[in-house]
Amino acid sequence: MNQASQATLARARDANLDWRELATRYRVLLVSAFLLAFPLVMPFTALAINILIYGLYALGFNLLFGYLGLLSFGHAALLGAGAYFCGIAIVHFGMPWFAAIAIGVLGGVITAAAIGALATRTRGIYFAMVTLALSQCVYYLFYQAVDWTGGENGLRGINVREIGIFGISFDFINPMTRYYVVAGFVILALIVLSRILASPFGAVIEAVRENEERARASGYNVTLVRLITFILSGAFCGLAGALYALQLSTVPIEIMHYETSGLAVMMCLLGGMGTFFGPFVGAAVFLMLENLVSLWTVHWQLIVGAVFMICVLFFPRGIWGTLTMRGKS
Amino acid sequence: MAGLTLDLIALQLFTGVALGAVYVLLAIGLSLIFGMLTVVNFAHGAFYMLGAYAGLFLMTQGVNFWVCLLLVPLLVGGIGLAVERVLIRPLYGRGIDYPLLLTFGLSYVIVELVRIGFGKTGYPVDTPELLQGAVDIGVGYFPLYRLFVIGATAVILFGLWLFLERTSFGLIIRAGARDPEIIRVLGVNVRRVWLVVFGLGTGIAALAGLLAAPLQGVIPEMGGPVLAEAFVVTVVGGMGSLLGAVLAGLLVGIVVSITSLFAPEMAKVSIFALMAVVLLVRPQGFFGRAGLMS
Amino acid sequence: MSRKPKQPGISRRGLIGAAGAGAVLAVSPFRINLARAQEAPIRIGFPVPLTGPYGTEAQDQVNCAQLAIAEFNAGGGLNGRKAELVVRDDKLNPGEGATRALELIENEKVNFIVGSLSASVQLAVNNVTKERGIIYNSISQSDAINEAADFSKFTFHEAMTPHLTAGAVGRYVFPKFGKKVAFLTADYAYGHEMVRGFKKAGEAFGIEPLEDIRHPLATTDFSTLLPRIQAMKPDVLIISNFGRDQQIALKQATDFGLKKSIQIVAPILLYTGRQAAGAQAFQGVIGGTSYYWGVGDQVASAKALNEAFGKLYANKYPSDYGAMGYAGVRTLLEASKAAGSVETDKVIAAMEALKYDYYKGPQYYRKCDHQSVQSVFIIQSKAQGQRNPSDVFEVISTEAPNEANLRTCDELGHKA
Repeated sequence: MNQASQATLARARDANLDWRELATRYRVLLVSAFLLAFPLVMPFTALAINILIYGLYALGFNLLFGYLGLLSFGHAALLGAGAYFCGIAIVHFGMPWFAAIAIGVLGGVITAAAIGALATRTRGIYFAMVTLALSQCVYYLFYQAVDWTGGENGLRGINVREIGIFGISFDFINPMTRYYVVAGFVILALIVLSRILASPFGAVIEAVRENEERARASGYNVTLVRLITFILSGAFCGLAGALYALQLSTVPIEIMHYETSGLAVMMCLLGGMGTFFGPFVGAAVFLMLENLVSLWTVHWQLIVGAVFMICVLFFPRGIWGTLTMRGKS
Repeated sequence: MAGLTLDLIALQLFTGVALGAVYVLLAIGLSLIFGMLTVVNFAHGAFYMLGAYAGLFLMTQGVNFWVCLLLVPLLVGGIGLAVERVLIRPLYGRGIDYPLLLTFGLSYVIVELVRIGFGKTGYPVDTPELLQGAVDIGVGYFPLYRLFVIGATAVILFGLWLFLERTSFGLIIRAGARDPEIIRVLGVNVRRVWLVVFGLGTGIAALAGLLAAPLQGVIPEMGGPVLAEAFVVTVVGGMGSLLGAVLAGLLVGIVVSITSLFAPEMAKVSIFALMAVVLLVRPQGFFGRAGLMS
Repeated sequence: MSRKPKQPGISRRGLIGAAGAGAVLAVSPFRINLARAQEAPIRIGFPVPLTGPYGTEAQDQVNCAQLAIAEFNAGGGLNGRKAELVVRDDKLNPGEGATRALELIENEKVNFIVGSLSASVQLAVNNVTKERGIIYNSISQSDAINEAADFSKFTFHEAMTPHLTAGAVGRYVFPKFGKKVAFLTADYAYGHEMVRGFKKAGEAFGIEPLEDIRHPLATTDFSTLLPRIQAMKPDVLIISNFGRDQQIALKQATDFGLKKSIQIVAPILLYTGRQAAGAQAFQGVIGGTSYYWGVGDQVASAKALNEAFGKLYANKYPSDYGAMGYAGVRTLLEASKAAGSVETDKVIAAMEALKYDYYKGPQYYRKCDHQSVQSVFIIQSKAQGQRNPSDVFEVISTEAPNEANLRTCDELGHKA
């Protein structure tokens, strides 16, 4: 075979590259472009921002559930810790917004380290239950620390009127400013996640999920891999929590309720677990569905529950997973 | 602490046992279903609630409480059979997460359907006339109905024990809980066994709901908190272990009631703290098999 | 700070100028926008927990608020400008409440917000509205919203405060039923604030507070707490919790036979709660309320509200929280009328000057914290002698409006 025909073949192969592979190759770029235009198609801006925040939360959860295969029912504690740490930094210590977000991420990391250190000793369904139990304990801790968290009344007064970025001051009351700031952090998180998955550690995560025994035999410390992944997951959730606090300017205790943990599972499964965009698709579909149906009937939970069941029964790969897998198998 | 007497502690223990009785009934159904089908039934609380509402409905139709005790588990257990057959069966072999998530969605649907049918506000359920009032149990007065709940639970457990130990179907269930492969090899129709077990578990949950109704009234959301507590009991006892469910149920009841005596605001978190401690010391619970479902 | 009307780009004069272009626009999609601009209704956002356990109360709040809107519009509105209610479901969740408040302000461009039922949702909504200079009239009980940290000049509180409610009930109960008082309290702000109110009011009567037993929110079994209360042998047991917690606690206290020797008192007896839990559980229990339809026998405005509500909603009666929804919306609309505008500062001034009697006797907003100074009704649950199924309480006393019964402006942290 000569050179020319080889080149033709390569070109033919390129043409055969379907949109899915292209989407995967340019995923960060694609998402960034989409996020810029996103609020224009949403019924209201606060919903668009919520989708980003919950998408990020589900993304953090997905790292553990989708990529490592550990089902956690305690992620509300990580999201909540991020929100409370960020809020407390602003309300009680008067920190600037940027530092407060960093503190929020730290909150997610610390809580994940504490829960993870204990929970990663168990496996399977017990892991889910231990994370649930420990997150309830964290809930209680924040509930009782009324002086710091406001208890059941919630933490109020996270009022950031304007923010400075590179010396330029922006009006943070303006919903579009808030959206683009949040979107900026989400893009940053996507880049980081992309790097993690492409790194050698990403390969180890996959190895542990595929066959724990073999990974162990290959000399990997499986428990440690789990713990590190749990902590990384906590960092993403903590960031989501911090953004939540800034967006709503309050942190309600309900953020730590186990229903919030269930929300991550639902969104992740709806979108497609173990897929890169799945969590965002799941968050978007879930929240838009909830918003749409709850304007129409107070019985929105019936529709949401039914849609969820249909997804489990007929689209186990989730919406994004089904879209990208069609024709491949 | 003022007024803390031995009588009070004894009474408190008794209250804990009554409280634990409801946990036991819920947990035993959960454990049965998990042990056989490896399905973590998140709709168990919804079936519990359905039991309470079915009882309420029948009683407003003039059916008396004692007949309800028989009818309600049959009725709700029947719904359970349909759920297993139609919704859960397609998911066997797809891993533990899918049935769990399906029942999670199902619980939303059931609760909302009840809201549509019976309204968002709850209803009071009167204690059956025979069981009203309180009796002196030596350490203080205790509501008669709560004594009845303890007794009824004991009877149900005894019945279940007879069924499992003395019937051939029970033998299959016990064997299946230990190793589903074996009974399949022996030519038993496993699917039929699974169907019956799911119906049995949900029926017992409904009975627990019916028993709880006169204590606290009924409301569509009543299954939520109780499900979390029942999970704790199941996990502490060891998933799949019936004896574990009974002992852990009573233990959790007593822990809650004793915590209530010394630090009532911690009553709820004490359940979860207990679970965290037990699992960290003994990851498979009291009687669970190590390595199960990992 | 002033709020712009719904279509900020189009002024009335601009409209006249554009009249020539009207023929063209009439067939274009812009027509709808223009028509709306012409009327530019006063929009009132109304987030309440339509789903969840308080759905019945929330629906009643909406019904009553719609009544206030209908009356305003029937009366010609604000110089012909009509009002409309933008209802949203806050799902009893402060996060959802704050999100909905943002939606109402940023996208629905509402002029005012009224609503909420839970204290925490109310505080979250208030946090959003005050930051954006939108007037918010809260119709849910809370002590915190009056305090300097949460209050802003945009914050109004039509509902009673726990301090006021508990105080009024205490002042009625303590002289009559004895000095040994035990507390069973839901472990959150509402419960704590109620207990604080009872203890403060009790000082004047020299009550002897026994233990305050706190239970977690959403407790389904109080049996573990009741033997201990019995052992304390109190004269009065004050149960400060809400909704289903209250229903179950009263039911189980009845089952345990506590009522034989103890007078049970609750700061608030909910109309819908009483209907849900039944006569037996509530029998003989004394509590407070901001409104009960039976007040119509004594108060003309209450009678008028009952009749107007009954006409619109098939002979039903407005509930306590519902009536507050009515007053919360009507005060803002009447203040707008008095101000002749919906401009925020003018409406605030008009609200502060308002002396009103819409549903329960005379009321006004105190200057320092915009708390509605109002009467409190003491009611007891009936077991017999009901005129109809809605006839569940007896009004046994009325505490007249009096600023002295509120926490002082100083206490709340407002500098004079």
